[in-house]
Amino acid sequence: MAIMTEKQARELLARVLELSEADECECNLAGSNEGNIRYALNTVTTSGEVSDVTLAVQSSYGKRTGAATINEFDDDSLERVVRRSEELARLAPENPEWMPPLGPQEYKATPTWSEATANVTPEQRARVAEASISPSKKEDLVAAGFLDDTEAFIAIMNSKDLFAYNLRTECNFVATIRTADGTGSGWVSRDYNNIAKLDSGAATQVAIRKSLGSRDAKAMEPGRYTVILEPAASGTLLGNMLNSMDQRTADEGRSFLSRKGQDDKPPPEDAPHNRAGEKLFDERVTIYSDPTHPDVPTPAFAADGHAVDRTVWIENGVVKVLPNTRYWADKTGVPYRPIAFTGGGFFGGGVPFIMEGGKRSLEEMIADTRRGVLVTRTWYIRPVDPQTQLYTGLTRDGTFYIEDGEIKYPIKNFRFNESPIVMLNNIEELGKPVRIDGNMVPPMKIRDFTFSSLSDAV
Amino acid sequence: MLPITGRMVSAEDLLDPGMDFATKKRLGSIALEAATDAGASYADARIGRYLNQFITAQETRIDNIVNTESAGIGVRVIADGTWGFAATSDVTPDGIAATARKAVAVAKANAKFQTSPVRLAPVKGVGDVQWRTPIKKNSFEVPIVDKVDLLMEVNNAAMENGASFINSVLFQVNEKKFFASTDGSFIDQDVHRLWAPFFATAVGKDGFKTRTSLGNPVGMGYEYLDGDAAEQIRVAGANTGYRYSYDMVGDARDAGRQLQAKLEARSVEPGKYDLVLDPHHLMLTIHESVGHPLELDRVLGYEANYAGTSFATLDKWRSGKFQYGADIVNLFADKTQKHSLGYVEYDDEGVKTREWDLVKDGILVNYQAIRDQVHMIDQDESHGCCYSQSWADVQFQRMPNVSLRPSKEDLSADDIIADVENGIYIVGRGSFSIDQQRYNFQFGGQLFYEIKDGKITEQIEDVAYQSNTQEFWNSCVAMAGPSDYRLGGSFFDGKGQPAQVSAVSHGCPTTRFNQVNVINTARKVG
Repeated sequence: MAIMTEKQARELLARVLELSEADECECNLAGSNEGNIRYALNTVTTSGEVSDVTLAVQSSYGKRTGAATINEFDDDSLERVVRRSEELARLAPENPEWMPPLGPQEYKATPTWSEATANVTPEQRARVAEASISPSKKEDLVAAGFLDDTEAFIAIMNSKDLFAYNLRTECNFVATIRTADGTGSGWVSRDYNNIAKLDSGAATQVAIRKSLGSRDAKAMEPGRYTVILEPAASGTLLGNMLNSMDQRTADEGRSFLSRKGQDDKPPPEDAPHNRAGEKLFDERVTIYSDPTHPDVPTPAFAADGHAVDRTVWIENGVVKVLPNTRYWADKTGVPYRPIAFTGGGFFGGGVPFIMEGGKRSLEEMIADTRRGVLVTRTWYIRPVDPQTQLYTGLTRDGTFYIEDGEIKYPIKNFRFNESPIVMLNNIEELGKPVRIDGNMVPPMKIRDFTFSSLSDAV
Repeated sequence: MLPITGRMVSAEDLLDPGMDFATKKRLGSIALEAATDAGASYADARIGRYLNQFITAQETRIDNIVNTESAGIGVRVIADGTWGFAATSDVTPDGIAATARKAVAVAKANAKFQTSPVRLAPVKGVGDVQWRTPIKKNSFEVPIVDKVDLLMEVNNAAMENGASFINSVLFQVNEKKFFASTDGSFIDQDVHRLWAPFFATAVGKDGFKTRTSLGNPVGMGYEYLDGDAAEQIRVAGANTGYRYSYDMVGDARDAGRQLQAKLEARSVEPGKYDLVLDPHHLMLTIHESVGHPLELDRVLGYEANYAGTSFATLDKWRSGKFQYGADIVNLFADKTQKHSLGYVEYDDEGVKTREWDLVKDGILVNYQAIRDQVHMIDQDESHGCCYSQSWADVQFQRMPNVSLRPSKEDLSADDIIADVENGIYIVGRGSFSIDQQRYNFQFGGQLFYEIKDGKITEQIEDVAYQSNTQEFWNSCVAMAGPSDYRLGGSFFDGKGQPAQVSAVSHGCPTTRFNQVNVINTARKVG
């Protein structure tokens, strides 16, 4: 049983804590049902379902901690995992940055779960694929795509009586539609908590239009252009920047938010040396996280169980606060600013974010543009210089030249070398935000965006 | 993000040999029989036990020690001409048989969408086979305290010599995988890999600089970390490179000093330069501009929605004249090089591994293809490069080792540099990005040295080069010889949806490319 109710999870974790003999004990229980279907060359290539549930127990003696994990939940297995974590804790070196478990928290309710997504069947997934393949075939195009749906829960309990539980669902649909001769390519992605909102046929029409419209692209000279970045073109760049805003790395002098040039030595460890409070961006830039946002809800707690509420990172161009760890917040005497637990992995997840924008649609923004480049999406983005947040990457699957408010013709893809810090200072207009990869991102019109070379890729 | 799957276990559990060959053969046979009974025309079963140990250290403290184990069986079948796959961690006879039947049911359900039936290149069964990576020292047998001491010594060495911060890691992987197929093969392989990277930062008055380690991920045991001086290659006025043994502490010491030099280094003047690329750098350029574009599934369009397609289309290959690189460029694929990440005796569909040419005397001559693909390029023998990251994932075509042959003349890196009038010597893998058809790329590095009149003059900064794959490989004018040949690699190469990782090596000598476009990456912001 990969999905447990709040009651089931609470009972199981309480049994684990009863077995604990350590000074402190923290347990996480996480389970998921994931289904997917993949297609290419207008045919389904793979599909599958995976279920998993895991219990992690962390025991502490003083500042020594040990963790162990198990996926069996009979009494003997639970006893074994608790004892193993305690053995490891006794053997571990002291962790000078260890923090005691948190006490009980109060969490806001967040609309992360949908029945429709939890009940997706293989037949439904096949219909999603079919609704994307059929119209592509009709236009003599070649469809490739992927649908992934997940129902997952996470429960946290510790020896200080903290208990947190979240049940969520998500679905992600991505399709690439290419012309049979390989001269045109279009792309679309949609992600929701509720799969009932997904219309893969309608979404595919967007990619079909871009595919047909991108044939016979003309080459334009690389250089600085006014661009309209669709949300998929700027989302990764923004996310990368936000994920580089950690307070500790800033305080330690190794981030774009570090203060510098005030002395000839790295700043002392015990003094905040970051640029929170400075205006670094155009005053229209406001970026925040909010677990209760109806379009991009997340669990209202962090990985350690701390409650997470609306947090404004950048307001009217001013860096307000930086995400940090409990240890670093305590050490530097600032409030703890955790990020919501969204899954993650070994190094945790990124900062889920909402960027405010305007009211106008992408189409209205294009209609108002005298000359510019429309970018559908960006690809293979890699950091070039973490100090300036300079990234390189390429445009892909639909790049168009705009003149006098209309898309005039498709153009060849560009490589860009650009920093989101520069972008967010060169804003012409922000459009109405839409959900992309779990974040809300507005289409953006940016002046002087740097394209450094041409690519022949379609 | 690191792909950690499986449950955490104790260090002792990592030494448990697990099931014996006879048990695995019996369980594998149950899967094959159940699949065949349910209507499969072909079946294979992979019983896997995947063990990992990761140790991370930050400056003077150990961040984490994680041992994980993941075990189970994956069953792949062909029924009604269509692939089906299912996997389970329940390795009881009933659990296995049910999983095999589920795989057949999946195949039959997907057959409705199949446009042409699967065609498998023939493979002769090899009976009972056992193989192990030829290691001298099993990483999992080395006490954790020794590994902790090594990482602490590494971190101290970097910080005593100029680094402000350092994060060092030991990744140790052991794949114990048994393969059984209806072709009559029962192949048990015990595969070991190791990677010991670090990431060091120095903070100065005007900002900070970073430097990553120059050791390689390898298909070796803990002996790789012995630091054998005979395996070091020193380049006059520049760095130390490592062949089949790594001095991690020495590299950390160098990193500290080089970081201080980076903080003071002059910014590059952009323009065209002759580039001399160190193997630890060039391996990544090979990976991105040769390895990926010559994966047949990409060429055909199966990866169009994720990684992309390829400029190296079938018509170019069929012409027999496509000049991928200069005449001296010979690129080959294999899963047979000793110490490489891809080294195994059989791939994950029971095909004996081998070596083959991809680019011969500059001409594109072949791709990377597996059993159900080779017929599409008029061949009847799989290249043996099928792989799955675990028992729970279906195997598919993955990049084998792809390497550049050294010159027959045994030139050294110093010999290559000595011929350059105005150039840059680039060491280490830095920022890398390439388009979805593998034409346009941009690569940075870790260390950059100006070359003037055949000599390295000074360390410089802010270097990245941009080129086009075909133009780049055709600008190759010289390479060092066999003594300079080194294996670099990628421990976590991603592909597919859902994404799977694999580990792959790339061998090459120090190599020269003429008149490549170098850009300056320094910017002023805020």
